[in-house]
Amino acid sequence: MGDLSLAELQTLLRDGSFALQTGTLLSRISTQFADVARSLHVLYAHHPYQIAPDFADFHVEVRQPRNIRRWFRRQAEFLIDGDPPFEPLPRNQAPAFLEWGLNWSIAASCHQWFTIHAASLERNGFVVILPAPPGSGKSTLCTALALRGWRLLSDELTLINPQSMTASALARPINLKNASIDLIREFEPASVWGPETYDTAKGRVTHLRPPIDSVERMLETAQPRWIVFPRYSPGSDPLLTPRAKAQTFIHFAENAFNYSTLGETGFDVVGSLVDQCDCYDFTYSRLDDALEVFDWISSGAAP
Amino acid sequence: MMHLKCSTGYRVAQRPETMTRNTGTIAGQNLINAIKFPERLPGTSLRDWDSILRLAKRANLIGRLAEGAHYRGVMDELPTQVRTHLESARVLTSHQRQAIAWETRHIGQALKSIGAPLILLKGAAYAIADLAAAHGRLFGDVDLLVPRACLNQAEAALMMHGWASGHADPYDERYYRRWMHELPPMAHRKRGTVIDVHHNILPLTARTLPSADLLLNASVPVPGTDFRVLSPSDMVIHSATHLFHEGELQNGLRDLFDLDALLNEFSERESDFWHELTDRAHTLGLAWPLHLALRYSRAILGTEVPPHVSASVSKAATPGRVSQRLLDGMYLRGLQPDHPLCSNYSTDVARAALYLRGHYLRMPVGLLVIHLGRKSIMRLFKNTSRSV
Repeated sequence: MGDLSLAELQTLLRDGSFALQTGTLLSRISTQFADVARSLHVLYAHHPYQIAPDFADFHVEVRQPRNIRRWFRRQAEFLIDGDPPFEPLPRNQAPAFLEWGLNWSIAASCHQWFTIHAASLERNGFVVILPAPPGSGKSTLCTALALRGWRLLSDELTLINPQSMTASALARPINLKNASIDLIREFEPASVWGPETYDTAKGRVTHLRPPIDSVERMLETAQPRWIVFPRYSPGSDPLLTPRAKAQTFIHFAENAFNYSTLGETGFDVVGSLVDQCDCYDFTYSRLDDALEVFDWISSGAAP
Repeated sequence: MMHLKCSTGYRVAQRPETMTRNTGTIAGQNLINAIKFPERLPGTSLRDWDSILRLAKRANLIGRLAEGAHYRGVMDELPTQVRTHLESARVLTSHQRQAIAWETRHIGQALKSIGAPLILLKGAAYAIADLAAAHGRLFGDVDLLVPRACLNQAEAALMMHGWASGHADPYDERYYRRWMHELPPMAHRKRGTVIDVHHNILPLTARTLPSADLLLNASVPVPGTDFRVLSPSDMVIHSATHLFHEGELQNGLRDLFDLDALLNEFSERESDFWHELTDRAHTLGLAWPLHLALRYSRAILGTEVPPHVSASVSKAATPGRVSQRLLDGMYLRGLQPDHPLCSNYSTDVARAALYLRGHYLRMPVGLLVIHLGRKSIMRLFKNTSRSV
């Protein structure tokens, strides 16, 4: 998208001909909102795009509701093929709404993958999966790793191909919240950010542009090798402890978006994942400590 | 968005003579052909696939489309990105098929003690009777018909087994209990699945209320289960009655495909089917919804209906004050997928008219005015006070 000016992008988004490629998926996006265009222009600067392609996987739109909330206490709504799967959000959250909407589209309908709410990154051909409930510091840790030599596959959705048992990449922007935003700004002053939104259900949120290497290599799949459950605990020293495989199995079964939809395949995927990965709990408070521990983890698998 | 008018979409030979206006779109017709003629799918351009998949998802027909491609063995000849969406849909529909079998088993266990006949309706019935209409179908709630005298017992038994009615609004509660033909929907506390328990197939206030006893008496047991389903004729008539009393047709085309599949399967299986169907519609006083079902199923999907059957059903269905031409204008548009690719000003008008018609058929005008007035005021209130 580097060759596209903001004004050009805006025109393409207005007439609905812009299509963005993230991983193997092509999403046709339509919007009249200038802030959504600005956000896409910054966050997806390295991504490939197409103009009015014959085929796209998703057709989405962010727009003003067709009612009084167009003018009064303004809102934005997200539509996929003309259908709004969510309630509208306040107008200022439109750029973040598009990101969440795209995540939902993948989680709700892409059953070619086993899909779980977790971050995934690759190094030396092997993938670490970071599952975690919100607030565990998963995105903060994922960002630090992505900025220091790990290739970002995905911050929100880990996609496992049931046939090859490899992880696919989306290389989408990373969603950061509240204090994490300042922490990462300090950690990497050269990082590039989308607009900040205040007063969302999650507090203050923004998105970080994924590193260029992650985007250029987004079609490369890789083998999951480690599953690490991070937990941010202020003031603590780094502590890496093995985690029971059975417990990891249950977490994956309960937190995947399509475990039951995939049926027996879902059971087999989780079983293989837990078999082929070392499973850990990891408590930390300082990002530099965490990077050192992850260096150590990945060196164990080096040839 | 595109507003392409179709000039050659409908096969003229199949179209009833009186239906002269074109109301379909090329996009809508492409979806219909894709489901009806899976053997032709390999020649489809990627551009057409784009709109076919979008409409199929919106109309809840992607499962049927995918199943057709799979059975016909053409999946491997389709473009990779298309195949991915279709295979993904097959994963979902086969899961739903298992899930509905699992759910009906739970319902059967919960209701065993009341000793009443339990008649599954619509999707759950097609699945348990293993009819072609269930192939690739996406299922919503489970619909169950029980004798009215057993309704309270059924509700109590379901509550004992974890189902509960989720209605917080006393108006809705009263609306269901007093005027409707079903209990308020009950959701299972753990599984989240929803069951609608009916005692008739139309609201008590409907203009043409059939006798539920006739339906119950003709129902047939499903071997190896605790359930029964409606007789073939009644199943078709119920499906038609449901569709043509419906005010909101998001699943209209899907329901029409159900009818098409039922008519094909039953008429092949039973030589006397058409005769029985015609007689039965007359007995139940439901010739007019059957007439509309046959008319639009033929016009839109090309369903094969013997001409003498159409003629006799249409004769029995004394058209009301609303003329056939007006109904054609409404239904030929309203039964298209509700998607920007198939919509324009006239489909919007048709949908609004169908919404009013659906309510008009379900209750007397006085009650209707009060009900719709209250609904629109509540909606306005909800829209401006909704906080995020």
